[in-house]
Amino acid sequence: MKIHEYQAKNLFREYGIPVPTGGPAFSAWEAFEVASKLKTEKTVVKAQIHAGGRGKAGGVKIVNTPEEVEKTAESLLSKTLVTKQSGPEGKIVRKLLIEEALSIKQELYLGVLIDRAERKIAVIASASGGMEIEEIAAKSPEKILRFHIDPLVGCGPFVCRNIAFGLGLAGTAVKFIAEIVEKAYRLFIEKDCSLIEMNPLVVLTDDRVIALDAKIDFDDNSLTRHKELLNLRDFFEEEPLEIQANRYGIDYVKLEGNVGCMVNGAGLAMATMDIIRKYGGMPANFLDIKGGANKENVIHAFTLLMADPKVKAVLINIFGGIVKCDMVANGILEAMNFVKVDVPVVVRLEGTNAVEARNILNNADFSFKVADGLASAALAAVGIAGPWQQ
Amino acid sequence: MSIFVDEKTRVVVQGITGKEGTFHTRRCIAYGTKIVAGVTPGKGGQDLDGIPIFNTVGEAVKEAGATVSLIFVPPAFAPDAILESAAAGIELVVCITEGIPVLDIVKVINIVADTKTRLIGPNCPGVISPGKCKVGIMPGEIHMPGPVGVVSRSGTLTYEAVSQLTKIGIGQSTCIGIGGDPVPGTTFIDCLRLFEDDPVTSVVVLIGEIGGNSEEDAAAFIKSGNFTKPLVSFVAGSGAPAGKRMGHAGAIISGGKGTAKDKIMALEEAGATIVLDPAGIGEAVAGIL
Repeated sequence: MKIHEYQAKNLFREYGIPVPTGGPAFSAWEAFEVASKLKTEKTVVKAQIHAGGRGKAGGVKIVNTPEEVEKTAESLLSKTLVTKQSGPEGKIVRKLLIEEALSIKQELYLGVLIDRAERKIAVIASASGGMEIEEIAAKSPEKILRFHIDPLVGCGPFVCRNIAFGLGLAGTAVKFIAEIVEKAYRLFIEKDCSLIEMNPLVVLTDDRVIALDAKIDFDDNSLTRHKELLNLRDFFEEEPLEIQANRYGIDYVKLEGNVGCMVNGAGLAMATMDIIRKYGGMPANFLDIKGGANKENVIHAFTLLMADPKVKAVLINIFGGIVKCDMVANGILEAMNFVKVDVPVVVRLEGTNAVEARNILNNADFSFKVADGLASAALAAVGIAGPWQQ
Repeated sequence: MSIFVDEKTRVVVQGITGKEGTFHTRRCIAYGTKIVAGVTPGKGGQDLDGIPIFNTVGEAVKEAGATVSLIFVPPAFAPDAILESAAAGIELVVCITEGIPVLDIVKVINIVADTKTRLIGPNCPGVISPGKCKVGIMPGEIHMPGPVGVVSRSGTLTYEAVSQLTKIGIGQSTCIGIGGDPVPGTTFIDCLRLFEDDPVTSVVVLIGEIGGNSEEDAAAFIKSGNFTKPLVSFVAGSGAPAGKRMGHAGAIISGGKGTAKDKIMALEEAGATIVLDPAGIGEAVAGIL
């Protein structure tokens, strides 16, 4: 689960990680109010969207007076911001963060994440902050410090010192950084994060250390034990059909194409997307029907697919191992009584009782294209959906 | 031979009295697996179709000689169930459970690393040595004994590949689902190492997907000469968008890393036969044998 920068900074405040003075604003007037209270020379207006690269896309502005803040807020709110990470359609700016501008001496990078290969928690730091960590990794990998923490042991003070001194800092900044590392690690563990990023973490001219930007992602698998984090979810930043699929207990990701997919199993669902593309088509979505291809789930899946106007054909690819294929076929037929399906449907059922299943579908009222193989199913679906317009 | 499980394996099912546990215990028994015990705390003394149920894994080991555990326990309790098996000296724990918080599993893996217990999973279909033993939820009927080792992060996509092989008369030595979570207990490399030493396995099918580095790590393992048998690989998710979790918790492209393209390139450079069409996996293996 993703959250906004201003929410991440609130969590940082809770854990004692220093952040700029400021607050969120959801209207130009509110932006003026927040800015007026800041009593600062310059104010930063930052668009709040669930995507990075906002600065380069014009989503971060530094201005002088609360009046200018209000004008800037007006120009940013409701506009679509297209950044390197937002996707080509961009994201609509609905929220802003208004902060004091600070005198920055040095920009650092600090991140905490799960290192999948090492099976530990990694704390990553670099004296080159402010640009994407991938850029630093590509240009100067030696500038990246990586420490692996065993969660059973924890991130002791010596690790925090290793990072602070390893960054080549001196004076009080060393102590401040060490404290921030310890707090970031504690936040990571206590809130079941999958990523914490401060890019940049800045050293000010007066040697204070502040998290100028804040990003926190949470492990979806652990949200049930963090009810307080669920309140931070911003549905406006999510795709409506994906929210609906979530409620159905179906894994669904909206894509740009015109072949709607309904598959059982995430790997098989991805492979179905791949084979559609191989035959010159474009999948409209990823969909793992999880929990079995029974009538209820098929109704939900069809509802999602039919809600996407781009879908010109549906490809159902079910491997019935434990669930018998003939039962799946009957489930599909029953579902058609509840959902209006107005595009051609190609069905490929493989596994236990596959032959019986094909007979059931061939003899049904609805005219399915019953495929006997994965390749022929994909070809048929792509052929029906027609050329996909970019 | 076969790796991980064979005709001598004695299995205890943790969570045997739950719906999934009961259903799959019966299917494993029907396949010929020796399920010698079940564990559900508080239901010790009962039985399922004659299989004794114990309160603890320790008792199952002592009284029924269980050596392998199959776990059907909800995400909140699964980490503890794994640790209980490790503490009881179980050699192999197969955890089917999906949805376990990543930090919990990272802790469990680090604890288990100091024991003789191997964890397969979580969020996996299990392991099967066709004709000998099935410890998992895969449909036994589509498998047949033979020379192909299969290791995969997927469930139904694995069945798809196995089905293609069986249809053309090519059987499997052992099929392992390592699972779709970001930090699995057993990796591709762990399986390749065992397949290398297994005289029955002459070719391996590796089914990967986006997210993480495990395919690249496997490629490096092969390149350094640790795995010398032919490898056929299909990596799912070439069309997946960045930053989106594609069903599996571990199937996510983060910070530009973990794309199918990179994995395919790495495996290809290591000499693997890459299959780009998921319907052509069986054919590719036939071409090698």
